[in-house]
Amino acid sequence: MSLLVQKSGLQDTVQDAGRWGYAHLGIHAAGAADPVALHVANLLVGNAPNTAALEMHFPAPHLRFEKPALFALAGADFRAELDGREVPVGTPVLATAGSTLVFRQHVRGMRAYLAVQGGFALESWLGSNSTDLLAGVGGLHGRALLADDRLPFRQTLSEAPLGNIIFPWSARVSDLYPAGSVFRFLPGPEYDLLDAASRERLATAEWRLSRQSNRMACAVEGPALALREQYELVSSAVLPGTVQVLPDGSMLLLLADCQTTGGYPRVAQVLAADLPGLAQHRPGDGFYFCPAQIEEAAAAARRQRMLLRRLGIGCAAAIMHHRLHRFSQR
Amino acid sequence: MHIQPLAEHALLVHWDNRIDPQLHDAVQALYRTLSATALPGLRDLLPAYASLTLVLDLDYFDREQPGADPLLVARNWVAAAVQAPVLGTIAIGRTVEIPVCYDGAFAPDLEVLAERAGLTAAEVVALHTGPTYRVYLIGFLPGFAYMGPVETRIAMPRLARPRGRVPAGSVGIAGAQTGIYPLASPGGWNLIGRTPLPLFDPQQPEPVLLRPGDQVRFRAINADAFHQIEQTL
Repeated sequence: MSLLVQKSGLQDTVQDAGRWGYAHLGIHAAGAADPVALHVANLLVGNAPNTAALEMHFPAPHLRFEKPALFALAGADFRAELDGREVPVGTPVLATAGSTLVFRQHVRGMRAYLAVQGGFALESWLGSNSTDLLAGVGGLHGRALLADDRLPFRQTLSEAPLGNIIFPWSARVSDLYPAGSVFRFLPGPEYDLLDAASRERLATAEWRLSRQSNRMACAVEGPALALREQYELVSSAVLPGTVQVLPDGSMLLLLADCQTTGGYPRVAQVLAADLPGLAQHRPGDGFYFCPAQIEEAAAAARRQRMLLRRLGIGCAAAIMHHRLHRFSQR
Repeated sequence: MHIQPLAEHALLVHWDNRIDPQLHDAVQALYRTLSATALPGLRDLLPAYASLTLVLDLDYFDREQPGADPLLVARNWVAAAVQAPVLGTIAIGRTVEIPVCYDGAFAPDLEVLAERAGLTAAEVVALHTGPTYRVYLIGFLPGFAYMGPVETRIAMPRLARPRGRVPAGSVGIAGAQTGIYPLASPGGWNLIGRTPLPLFDPQQPEPVLLRPGDQVRFRAINADAFHQIEQTL
């Protein structure tokens, strides 16, 4: 049995850590736009970190658990309610069969993730369950979820709870995201094509993500940048986090569903450690770009992965404690 | 050859910024050598016109080679592959003929491109269908083949602002490159025609029609022929 979509959200897709190894065929990785939140949601329910979860935007879907399940939310806070009780982000929850999860209000962030213990039983395409919206494959039928869709659980819960249980702990994730609204970048391969004033502007101006953004890319609003000379780039690799300059001087930030190659100058690459935060940044809210060196970038990414490993150990211990506690009560 | 990080987890090997069969041969030689070697921690290889990008799995390095600098490891892979390339040259690609309708609604940018080039639409079509093109890379979208170079007179920069939606099968020009959109998607190329052939079909065991190294010729067809081919597929 499964998770039933009673009412679909703005864009609900199944995403895992991505479909790797097919870039040479032009097949992009897709995967969670905020991989840190995907990782956290999975750790909270004891899954492998790259297990496929549900990625949701606001308005988010109305969901019904047709069988009991252990689930957790991570990433954005859309003020979730399970049968009328508020469910905090970052907390494991045991849901009874028939319980309904709704999201009341956009509080913080852009993308929320729902992981269930054991994951969803879906057919994979090229080794991944990520939904490729462009190609129309992967996830559930290669598209965003619609009302009456069902995401079957891979695993049946051994314990049937008498009532919903919201566990009395939550993951502290503040260290996993950049504090404030400064996002660091590595100079991109074509950074030097920017004129001096534009390099200065990139690092000092206040920027905003456009409301016209999706999983593929986000227009960055702010002053125009100028290249020292007109430049037509022979197509080369781009990645999530690559910032391109368009011929009119505006910038485009690429996200998880971005193409494999592009032809616009790559002036910046948002740090891997900072990109999840930017993927959660609300359009219209100002932010700054700050240049960084590769050593700082690598260290930040290492630290983030180390914190995730530590959180994984904490979650595993908490799940173990919960089981022992239940056992001693019997 | 210049090597630089593209990200913490990606290394860019860059030869030049031009379309050149010899550079492409060098890219393909390095690509074939790297893909023929077992390189744990390598997630993806992206051979392009005159560059090749290696995408790394940092979690793998954390787990199996803590303390190693993944970008340095990747640099060493490249150095070793350049020193000892696998033997053989690019197999001569197949010659594929692609029918294209250059008429009316299938070619929204043809008139503007012709005008800017000081040509008639018919002359642009004649120049586009004249040569046999080399497939340089599959990228940007599943099965999107970048081909070229087009005749200098019809080379044209990308649109200043990309379109929100380009129909599948659209044939475009960007700079000296020509290509076909395999799927409906946003795009910034000048659209001069459309093919009814599917360039990408995820249900097929080989989901992508064209491969790097293939030789492609375009054949002009009218709208009737377009719809006929579309129906037979």
